[in-house]
Amino acid sequence: MKSVREKFWASVTTYAALVVICALAMIPLLWMVSTSLKSDSEIVESPPRWIPDKLMWDNYRLAISSEWAHFPLWTRNTLIIAVLAVIGTTFSSAVVAYGFAKIRFRGRGPLFTLMLSTMMIPFPVLMVPLFGIFVWLGAHTPIQWLGTAKPLWVPSWFGSAFSIFLLRQFFTTIPDELSEAARIDGCSVWGIFWRIILPLSRPALSVVALFTFMWAWRDFLGPLIFLQRPTQYTLSLGLQTLQSQHGSTPWNQLMAASVLVILPVLVLFFIAQKTFIEGIATTGMKG
Amino acid sequence: MTRGEIRNLLKGLAFLSPWLIGFGVFMFLPIVLSMYYSLCDYNLLQSPAFIGAENYRALIHDGIFWKSLRVTLLYAAISLPAGLVVSLGVAVLLNVSVRGQAIFRTIIFVPSLVPTIAAAMLWRWMFNQRLGLINRALEPLLELLHKSGPPWLAQSAWVIPSLALMSLWSVGNTVIIYLAGLQDVPRELYEAAELDGAGKRQQLWHVTIPMISPVIFFNLVMAIIGILQVFDTPFMMTHGGPNRASYFYTFYLYDSAFTYLKMGYASAMAWIQLLLVLVLTGIAFGTSKRWVYYQGK
Repeated sequence: MKSVREKFWASVTTYAALVVICALAMIPLLWMVSTSLKSDSEIVESPPRWIPDKLMWDNYRLAISSEWAHFPLWTRNTLIIAVLAVIGTTFSSAVVAYGFAKIRFRGRGPLFTLMLSTMMIPFPVLMVPLFGIFVWLGAHTPIQWLGTAKPLWVPSWFGSAFSIFLLRQFFTTIPDELSEAARIDGCSVWGIFWRIILPLSRPALSVVALFTFMWAWRDFLGPLIFLQRPTQYTLSLGLQTLQSQHGSTPWNQLMAASVLVILPVLVLFFIAQKTFIEGIATTGMKG
Repeated sequence: MTRGEIRNLLKGLAFLSPWLIGFGVFMFLPIVLSMYYSLCDYNLLQSPAFIGAENYRALIHDGIFWKSLRVTLLYAAISLPAGLVVSLGVAVLLNVSVRGQAIFRTIIFVPSLVPTIAAAMLWRWMFNQRLGLINRALEPLLELLHKSGPPWLAQSAWVIPSLALMSLWSVGNTVIIYLAGLQDVPRELYEAAELDGAGKRQQLWHVTIPMISPVIFFNLVMAIIGILQVFDTPFMMTHGGPNRASYFYTFYLYDSAFTYLKMGYASAMAWIQLLLVLVLTGIAFGTSKRWVYYQGK
């Protein structure tokens, strides 16, 4: 058995290590906030100070307005895409996951394996032909795809492999007796799915919704390829064009913009923290 | 098939139909087209003209292709093992029951919430040679050594290690997955090991790591797939520079397709990328029998 003293020192080292790691994680973010509130002269000041003399909230105003005129528009564009993607992915993935989890039919196993293996296909393999397909559709049908947000959200209405997998894992844990009882009461398959399975799966559904939102919020390559006019840009794409344009970089305004981009995600995370962590945890369950 | 079986098959396919259609239109068709394009001269404006293996032959003689491949593999060689060790180490620490554990976990997870564009701007600022926080923090040490701060993103030799360093900041996702694995390791195993006189380090090597090897394997495969596609960060932070030192594979693929409009050439690159993913994950799967331990199997 270990002595009390040994145990004490073990826990002190653990604590020290944890504090150092947490500091390394947080310092860049605190630096971001600090910079975002500094005046131009304070940015170059040496040694740097963490709390500016006067808090320059004006940086935020400048980040949103004037030069950065499109910020509200980009936020709106990103939100529209994210919301449509969230609804589409969650709903369609749930439907498909139900088929994989609760209906026994020939070929289900191989199809499930096929679906899982699509997660390995790199997006760059798909992006060139997808671009071609959207160009072709624009030329041969009345609906324009390229230069609109459609290529960014329409595919999400056909289920995403990751979400289907996650939901299927959850659905299989719901006992069959429940659906059986409903079936005897005259419920259709769709009725069972809609009225029994979905209400019971709220935690899993919110995990999928949260992940999809995060993914849509940060997506960059998709918007870069498919969007064309600055008024259609998402936040990621818009801010990228801005940060690459400036000759002398206005770090305080860029940091203010960064804070603003992070904020919605952070708020969402703290509202749904438990769901979030559980969702990620279940991702790695089945290696 | 009996009637019931047919009915079930139809029901099943009906529920699967969104994915079946999506798979066909947004995956299978593009993959087939990509295969075809890779054998064509195709610039979007004219229809593809079949040229056989010409694109692949040209790639072999393309210095930039090899350069971008080297850049990507160098980055993988640094960030993959570093990420694995750091995330596992942090997870082990976070698994020790101490007061405030939940807060520590939250703090370490927060950076992985930061959208790529914000992280890119932040770290460009952090890495700034003169005003960046890193070099300012190093200042006392550098003065002692009579050296100036490293140029980080601004110099070819430094840019890839810098990007790899930055990638460690957002290991939170992986840490959480490891934590879930660690929590599933039965307590009795540690108690038994302790009774046998195993110290903490031995417990880590002989209990913890074998028990969570499936999770390590999962993270390894995901990391391989992810790293071969790295694009956003170098595009935003260095635009591939300096001197193409951070011109990643996907960046060159993107440029080939959308800057030079060489769709066929880009498709050939895409196929090589896909093969690379398959070969590397295949190697991982192949060796997994030797080091991945599945409980109860």
